Amino acid sequence: MTSSPTTAEGTELYRADFETFTAGRTGAEPSWLRRLREEAMERFQERGFPTVAEEDWRFTNVTPIARTAFRRPALTDASGVRIADVTALGFGDAFAGHQVVFVDGRLAPALSSLAAEDGLRVGSLADLLSREPERLEPHLGRVANAAAPSFADLNAAFLEDGAYVFIPPGLVVEKPIHLVFLSSRGSDASPILSQPRALVVAGRGSQARIVESYGGVPGAAYFANGVTEIALEDGAALDHYKAQRESVAAFHVGLTAVVQGRASRFRSYSFALGGRIARHDVHQRFAGEGGECELNGLFAVAGEQHTDTHTVIDHAHPHCTSRELYKGILDGRSRGVFVGRIIVREGASKTDAHQTNKNLLLSREALVDSVPQLEILASDVKCKHGSTTGQLDPAALFYLRSRGIDEAAARSLLVSAFAGDVVGRVGVPALRAALESHLRERLPGLRDRQIQEAVL
Amino acid sequence: MLEIKNLHASARGQEILKGVDLSVKAGEVHAIMGPNGSGKSTLAHVIAGRPGYEVTQGSVLYKGHDLLAMTPELRAREGVFLAFQYPVEIPGVSNVYFLKAALNAIRKHRGQSELDAMDFLSLVKEKAKLVDIDESLVKRPVNEGFSGGEKKRNEIFQMAILDPQLAVLDETDSGLDIDALRVVAAGVNQLRAPERAMVLVTHYQRLLDYIVPDVVHVLLDGRIVKSGDKELARELEARGYEWLEAPAAR
Repeated sequence: MTSSPTTAEGTELYRADFETFTAGRTGAEPSWLRRLREEAMERFQERGFPTVAEEDWRFTNVTPIARTAFRRPALTDASGVRIADVTALGFGDAFAGHQVVFVDGRLAPALSSLAAEDGLRVGSLADLLSREPERLEPHLGRVANAAAPSFADLNAAFLEDGAYVFIPPGLVVEKPIHLVFLSSRGSDASPILSQPRALVVAGRGSQARIVESYGGVPGAAYFANGVTEIALEDGAALDHYKAQRESVAAFHVGLTAVVQGRASRFRSYSFALGGRIARHDVHQRFAGEGGECELNGLFAVAGEQHTDTHTVIDHAHPHCTSRELYKGILDGRSRGVFVGRIIVREGASKTDAHQTNKNLLLSREALVDSVPQLEILASDVKCKHGSTTGQLDPAALFYLRSRGIDEAAARSLLVSAFAGDVVGRVGVPALRAALESHLRERLPGLRDRQIQEAVL
Repeated sequence: MLEIKNLHASARGQEILKGVDLSVKAGEVHAIMGPNGSGKSTLAHVIAGRPGYEVTQGSVLYKGHDLLAMTPELRAREGVFLAFQYPVEIPGVSNVYFLKAALNAIRKHRGQSELDAMDFLSLVKEKAKLVDIDESLVKRPVNEGFSGGEKKRNEIFQMAILDPQLAVLDETDSGLDIDALRVVAAGVNQLRAPERAMVLVTHYQRLLDYIVPDVVHVLLDGRIVKSGDKELARELEARGYEWLEAPAAR
């Protein structure tokens, strides 16, 4: 057992846990996987939890996470999660697709429904690691690279299960694929560390829609630390949705790492609604020419919630297009962060990149930090960015009221219209309905059906 | 229908209306003319209840009730309508569906049954014809991407749908070319009715060639300094406002 020269504060517990974890894994596991975990543990131990002294974390203080003694879930913890918790995050009967449920990062077969479809493979990493680990070796832990936050290392150190989706070349998957990641309650003294993991490989010229839902027992103070790796081969088209609806007492940190082959199209839609402290990193890179990337997002928080989104779009090759639209709605004493980095590397000519961030503050105490970061090292490129933060337009509010719409309804209508710009782009009807219903719960004025109808 | 007495109102600490008296009866059309900054738009906004104005003195009675005590939405439900000088663009909100919600809120307030989608859409068809507005336009987001003329037509269209008892038109003529002005005026004229009162706030006499008012008032420095019939409007067109300024400053 190697040990790191330095041990960052707060990591000892996880090192000890790691020793127990590895000692308990006596089965035949591929050496590359053991090495991947070892190296991740070492990096995590050395780097530790990020601090506000780091540029990428200056707006988000994760001390409450670092100071809590989270424990890895026992298999029995999952038994506390009921079908009702899944339904709450699912889309009821309206969802017609493949659905796989993971509790605390482990497959819950009883809660999953999987249909085989023309070579599409959706299943559990643990299962595939025991049968065909060679299929995972080229991808697992390789899309998320060294630039990932140390949280990704913590996830990789304990990698044992998660979701995989293999879409064979040329296949158009008609039904959406829903990956549900639930966290169990644990106890107050030792809340659960739930570490969801997903790997998606979209074969050459394939097309699919994938939804990731995150949530847990309402009011529970668990920590969900997820990593999703997505590889798009040449010409693949993938729509990726992330619906984060964690308990408002929980912590959520998630990395979505994406690598795009030549002429592939990736569209992402991220909804950050839950969590006490939530952070989502999207790390995208073009690995070939002619790719298209769209990153859309909505964060809507209230009360004491803190939500942080960091995106990186890496134009490493010429002739690629990226469009980014993130919107934030902040109420109560909540805080939002959007940092959007676009890198145009040397030689990446004919890059076309747009970034927009718009934030709506619904209370005086709410706060948002919006930081565009453009690093342009190539010539002959088009790059644009814009950021606005404001309150509800009083002129619009008065206009609606002057027609007879009451104030609460007028406010809700305007907030909903603001969100509609992103929600309206959701191409999975059942998810869209679920998001709309989530927003309705927070916007009392929308209970009137006629007001709902007025949202385009 | 509308009784304004000694109305004083200020915005951002500055007094704009300095004692307005105005009485409008059902069936009448009153024009309020005056130069820029005389307080015309403030008067319109105070009647509609726009936040940001402070009434420091005086009273406004509408159908015998204290209008100033009502929220803007309650005024609308009681039959007050303001056609905006600068109609607001509201992306993401459907013009026609927000109007349906508004109309039904008004109908509910009046104790009438709500209109269903079918009845409402036939009403839309009928009223769109009245102001010669494209039906596809009214179904778009509120005023978004509308030309100046389309926005004004949309205001009159909304007025026709909501069927108010007191309509205040704030410079509905400004920015319109003559063709658009004719269309808007024709729409307004069709809405003239014995049970409905209208107040036209305007800068130019031109509108009054098409909508002939019963009474013309001149508002100058926050007071109505002269009232008369439509001939007063012509006189103002010919002579300007300067000849009236002396009495206003008394």
